[in-house]
Amino acid sequence: MSGVSPDLLALQVFAGLALGAVYVLLATGMSLIFGMLTVVNFAHGAFYMLGAYLGLLALDATGNFWAALVLAPLGAAAIGMVAERTLIRRLYGRGIDYPLLLTFGLAYILVELVRIAFGTQGLPFDTPDALAGAVDIGVGYFPLYRLFVIAVTILVLGALWLFLERTPYGLIIRAGARDPEIVRVLGIDVARVWLVVFGLGTGIAGLAGLLAAPLQGASPEMGNSILAEAFVVTVVGGMGSLLGAVAAGLLVGLVVSMTALVAPEMEQVAIFALMALVLLVRPQGFFGRAGLMS
Amino acid sequence: MLLVEGLHAWYGPIDILQGVDLEVRRGEIVCLVGRNGAGKTTTLRSIMGLVPRTAGRVSVAGQALLGQPAHRRLAAGVGFVPEERRIVPGLTVRDNLRLGLLASPLRRREADRIREMAAIFPRLAERFDQIAVTMSGGEQQMLAIARAMIADPRLILLDEPSEGIMPVLVDEMLALFVRMKRAGTTILLVEQNVELALGIADRAYVMDQGMIVHHAGAAELLADTAIQERYCAV
Repeated sequence: MSGVSPDLLALQVFAGLALGAVYVLLATGMSLIFGMLTVVNFAHGAFYMLGAYLGLLALDATGNFWAALVLAPLGAAAIGMVAERTLIRRLYGRGIDYPLLLTFGLAYILVELVRIAFGTQGLPFDTPDALAGAVDIGVGYFPLYRLFVIAVTILVLGALWLFLERTPYGLIIRAGARDPEIVRVLGIDVARVWLVVFGLGTGIAGLAGLLAAPLQGASPEMGNSILAEAFVVTVVGGMGSLLGAVAAGLLVGLVVSMTALVAPEMEQVAIFALMALVLLVRPQGFFGRAGLMS
Repeated sequence: MLLVEGLHAWYGPIDILQGVDLEVRRGEIVCLVGRNGAGKTTTLRSIMGLVPRTAGRVSVAGQALLGQPAHRRLAAGVGFVPEERRIVPGLTVRDNLRLGLLASPLRRREADRIREMAAIFPRLAERFDQIAVTMSGGEQQMLAIARAMIADPRLILLDEPSEGIMPVLVDEMLALFVRMKRAGTTILLVEQNVELALGIADRAYVMDQGMIVHHAGAAELLADTAIQERYCAV
């Protein structure tokens, strides 16, 4: 470890935060969907991947990254809402494993459709010119685009927090996650709320995929590996807890980037070791409610 | 106001309600009594559209409700205070109250409505910013009633509101029901505490094994210890 300077360490912390930001976005959507609908969304990685490809399409059509930044999440949200309305909705109230299997299958279908439409090879996704290059952040030069990813994540989380805590719709979502029956009794069509929540969650996943695309390109399988990591984040943070998703997302990002510094081949192991450790000490995760799955 | 005819309800294969008939006229307090498991709660939940499998007829002011999704009840003017209060955890008293208004046309007058509830329930007003489930059982019950009243329903269904509450608060609550009745609200009340409930009710239905087995004026039933012992003794 003597070869690691404090500056390099600090830069690696930033790299971990940028990686963590993508995890946070994915896990936030997953947690929102699980907390409200009790659906473990195995298609979440596929929506992440769709975000990247929809971004490519939007970029082709408009030539503008900022337009893609808006259109891709909206597209992922729309596809998510169609899936909720036509497929997932039929399985509510039948236990947790039915929607789990359905979304598992849905993920395969979405990945295969993208393979048919765009080919099995990954496609490059250029970093927008305005965000290319690196900036001096005091401890060294750091890629501007990664700072942008962190900033967008903070903005999205802030907006989501305001939406959930400060709007009537947010109140309905918070109440509906805890007692949907009471929400119905009080005159609210909870099915419409579920639709919106599923769209919100998949839209945020699409945004995460689009943000990740300039870092790693777009490939049909890009959602598969990150799905496992996002599950770790969701479980470590506590299923259904947004605060947990944020804390665990950043922690997992940091663990990955720090492991990469000392033993790059151990990255994946480190993630799952962290999960095992947390679950040993706190089976419900950081902020999860005990007995949520029972 | 409320007309229930031949109401059946099933949980799985089990026939819980076997043709319940009852009527609550405008401005009445009607009490539904009977032993645990007689089907009182299921009757209320069926009226509210919360039991998946039902048959028969339920109408409020002539509007047929059975088969309509639960959330349509509010627009029909039906308020519900469920068993065990069902205060939403994690939300403040104020947010629990606001929840009762969100689907109502009265939400545009939210501040006024909350002030009116505060005047009726001063104990809640002191705790508006407190997480609601940290209050005492009696206070939570008041909140559950206020949450149903805030949308100004013309008919309110109450499921065991006195359960687990200090006697002094029960008296306060019954006095409130009488005031609500005078203000024009129609009330269907399910109660274990038969004597107290009959004290404020106009009429009563006695349930046993998923059926209405007796129907009488409240005073008459109060005097009829034989029926009370047969069907209401816990």
